[in-house]
Amino acid sequence: MMSLAQSPVAHKGGAQDLKSALEVDLRLLAMIAAVAVIWVGFDLLTDGIFLTARNLWNLAVQTSVVGIMTTGMVLVIVTRHIDLSVGSVLGFVGMIMAVLQAQVFPVGAGWNWVASLGLGLALGAAIGAAQGWWIAHRGVPSFIVTLGGLLIFRGLAWTVTEGQTVAPLDETFQLMGGGLLGSIGAFWSWMVGLAGIALVLARAAMARRRRQRYGFAVRPVWAELLVTGIIVAGIVGFILVMNAYDRPRTDVAQGIPVPVLILIGAVCVMSAVTKVTKFGRYVFAIGGNPEAAQLAGINTRLVIMAVFALMGLLAGIAGAVQTARLNAGANSTGELLELSVIAAAVIGGTSLAGGTGTISGAIVGAVFMQSLQSGMILLGLPTPMQNVVIGLVLILAVWIDTSYQRRRL
Amino acid sequence: MTSSPMGVNPLVEMRNISIHFGGIKAVDDVSVDLYPGEVVALLGHNGAGKSTLIKILSGAYRASAGQILIDGRPAQIDAPRDAKALGIETIYQSLALAENIDAPGNLFLGRELMTRWGTLDDAAMEHAARQAILELNPNFTRIKEPVKNLSGGQRQSVAIARALHFNARILIMDEPTAALGPHETRQVADLITRLKAKGIGIFLISHDIHDVFDLADRISVMKNGKLVGTVRTQDVTQDDVLAMIILGKRPKIAA
Repeated sequence: MMSLAQSPVAHKGGAQDLKSALEVDLRLLAMIAAVAVIWVGFDLLTDGIFLTARNLWNLAVQTSVVGIMTTGMVLVIVTRHIDLSVGSVLGFVGMIMAVLQAQVFPVGAGWNWVASLGLGLALGAAIGAAQGWWIAHRGVPSFIVTLGGLLIFRGLAWTVTEGQTVAPLDETFQLMGGGLLGSIGAFWSWMVGLAGIALVLARAAMARRRRQRYGFAVRPVWAELLVTGIIVAGIVGFILVMNAYDRPRTDVAQGIPVPVLILIGAVCVMSAVTKVTKFGRYVFAIGGNPEAAQLAGINTRLVIMAVFALMGLLAGIAGAVQTARLNAGANSTGELLELSVIAAAVIGGTSLAGGTGTISGAIVGAVFMQSLQSGMILLGLPTPMQNVVIGLVLILAVWIDTSYQRRRL
Repeated sequence: MTSSPMGVNPLVEMRNISIHFGGIKAVDDVSVDLYPGEVVALLGHNGAGKSTLIKILSGAYRASAGQILIDGRPAQIDAPRDAKALGIETIYQSLALAENIDAPGNLFLGRELMTRWGTLDDAAMEHAARQAILELNPNFTRIKEPVKNLSGGQRQSVAIARALHFNARILIMDEPTAALGPHETRQVADLITRLKAKGIGIFLISHDIHDVFDLADRISVMKNGKLVGTVRTQDVTQDDVLAMIILGKRPKIAA
């Protein structure tokens, strides 16, 4: 018998450097630094307009639609697939929800928005599952199935009303878009912030206890406090900024916009899915080695179908947010959004080769993309030039990431 | 070590197994068996059908015809999960590890330990994996790294630990030493001897007679999808077995 590594010795030995003590994700830090750099850069270029509460509040709202879908796209790409249909699914589902609440269900009824939202989300999930079925059970490459989906659902979005725009929408439903009244105010924003802080602390304490129970090495206390402290400070800072922006012509604080709240919810749920569920583990296993996953007894087809169903559901949620924000169902809603979503995931460190990617990274990627776009709008760059810049940044970001990965191995 | 003792039920009987892919018969009416505490080597050239036969037992493929008996009872093995439920564990030549996941994640893949809240219990899995892997390979330290960062021998340790951790009664090893150096090969040989003593039955697949001649109690030789024959190692010379592999000829003393 040999002695097992039970003693709580640090596994890196005596010369433990700062990085290994903190156990932080360097790549995520680098991306956050990149976001900080462009924020400061744009702030200087726009004479202090960029880093105002008002602009950051708007930036948060603008990030939410792409951000919500990016959390699902990470899983799709991790399993070595792609979903090109999300922009069209968003448009189609948004259109259906608009038609349901403006033309089918009685206008003004309290249950109207609930029913149309529920049916819309179910439709999104069903579309995703159907595409997943073609991919997992019929073996058609996801690129083709979802390219077909891109055309099909954009076409159907037009067909539903023969191209006519449907408006106005239910007033409660509109809150999902974060319009004039679509934010939760200072008090509830602090409540959300406190809940977030409690969650962060509880998670850190629980993970620590769990590791200590087996005598595993844990972070030094100062490192644990520093990392948790930075996250808590980030949450407090975010709430402060959201509360610093007042409703137009009042001194009532806006607080967190509803679409951003939905994004936060999606991020929390999807992070949990990837980190602590069997399903998430299987998603990554399939991305790392599909054959090994199958030989381990995992029902890989079911997992792939579920991933696409989840993507469809998230596209449906994003469709609700976008449609509510426009206060209209239009057949062109969400055009080309699939590209922003894929770009955000990839800039956020999701590898197109499959097997690697994080939700938090992808969200930072989405914020990065949206910041770039928003800054260029403030600078008055014409849209075609914005696309040129974003295209170049995408290539550059992936190049930096792959060369970093290669050097590490 | 005497093999196939009388009066003991075979652990595994594969009877008249055939499988075809399209028009090609990869395995054609092959019967092999395995007793507790016995090592049966499956030999043959690349493409002789050894791995395919064994993948039927491990649930990766489904036989077109034939019957599998475990402990003398007919068994239905339609998926890897079924095989594992019967105590059949496989160490594949490719190792079948998810490269992006760490050793505990791979060891428990498909059989994760959960907390009482229904979430993955990573700490418990790491604890069990440390024990299982260190028992095989005391020098194994990089337990939390993705297995793609590990050496061939370390990856092999993970794959073997996974097969042994769940109390396998029947172990299938497909070219277990193909990627290993001489030292690690010796370790695997020692391991096989220890497992045998515990009463585990082992199918050892190889294309190289030298790897298995000293370890196997019996040798089954396949050629072109058919079984050439099964012999007791003590009854034959290496040249006899080579003749079976190359010429498909049964030696006269064959059991």
